[in-house]
Amino acid sequence: MNVVGNSIVYCVIALAIIVFSVLSVTSGKILRAATYLLFTLFSTAALYFHLGYEFLGAVQIAVYAGGILVLFVFSILLTSKPGNNAERLTSKRKTLGLIAAVAGAAVCTYALFSYFSSEVVTLFSTANTVTVEKIGEALLGTEKFQYLLPFEAISVLLLACIIGGVTIARKR
Amino acid sequence: MDLTLLYYLVPSIIMFACGVYGFITRKNLIAILISLELMLNSIDINFVVFNRFLFPGQMEGMFFALFAIAIAAAETALAIAIVINIFRVAKSVDVQNLTKMKF
Repeated sequence: MNVVGNSIVYCVIALAIIVFSVLSVTSGKILRAATYLLFTLFSTAALYFHLGYEFLGAVQIAVYAGGILVLFVFSILLTSKPGNNAERLTSKRKTLGLIAAVAGAAVCTYALFSYFSSEVVTLFSTANTVTVEKIGEALLGTEKFQYLLPFEAISVLLLACIIGGVTIARKR
Repeated sequence: MDLTLLYYLVPSIIMFACGVYGFITRKNLIAILISLELMLNSIDINFVVFNRFLFPGQMEGMFFALFAIAIAAAETALAIAIVINIFRVAKSVDVQNLTKMKF
């Protein structure tokens, strides 16, 4: 991919991420907020594809957009009445949230630009692609930089999560 | 335009700030969870971008993002179970109405 094409793809993805994440926290109806969250997750997956991590982008779409969003929509429909778009935001909390968000973003941006302005880290070789074969070998090995123990720990965590979810949400 | 590391970190910062804003201003518990997901997602972007730009020969940031996605899925499922249970007991998911801890 040439440089101009790369820049155009980057601009589209960054714009989508920014616009949809702002919309997902400012929209009044909660179902719309969930839909904008879905678009944000899709553009994040597009960013992963753009950076050359195809497997991670596929996982992002499958787990986040396929699993978590369905859970969100189901729980929204279970807990709110249709046509109920209440959720008034008091102005005091609005200014508080705005101050916190802007202050945090300003501090992070200042730290980033003061640290990385000296050394311009540029890429861009997605040539050494991360193949699924390498991912599989790294996930199921016990050497250095291999991840069998966290993989098994995650499976135990998911089992505990299933049991906990059933126990918490069941009818008594 | 030369795409450096900073170009990829700026959308992540904005996404995280949106998550903080929503976490503070929202009243619905599920909307708060949505803001939490935004913050987790921006951190995943950071891991992947640092991996690609600073250590392009390795895969550690990608694996960290992979495990973070799995843990976020587990956490969200559990949190939604708790929210549904709260709704069943208190008939509301607004944080302002939830003042008692035990019914």
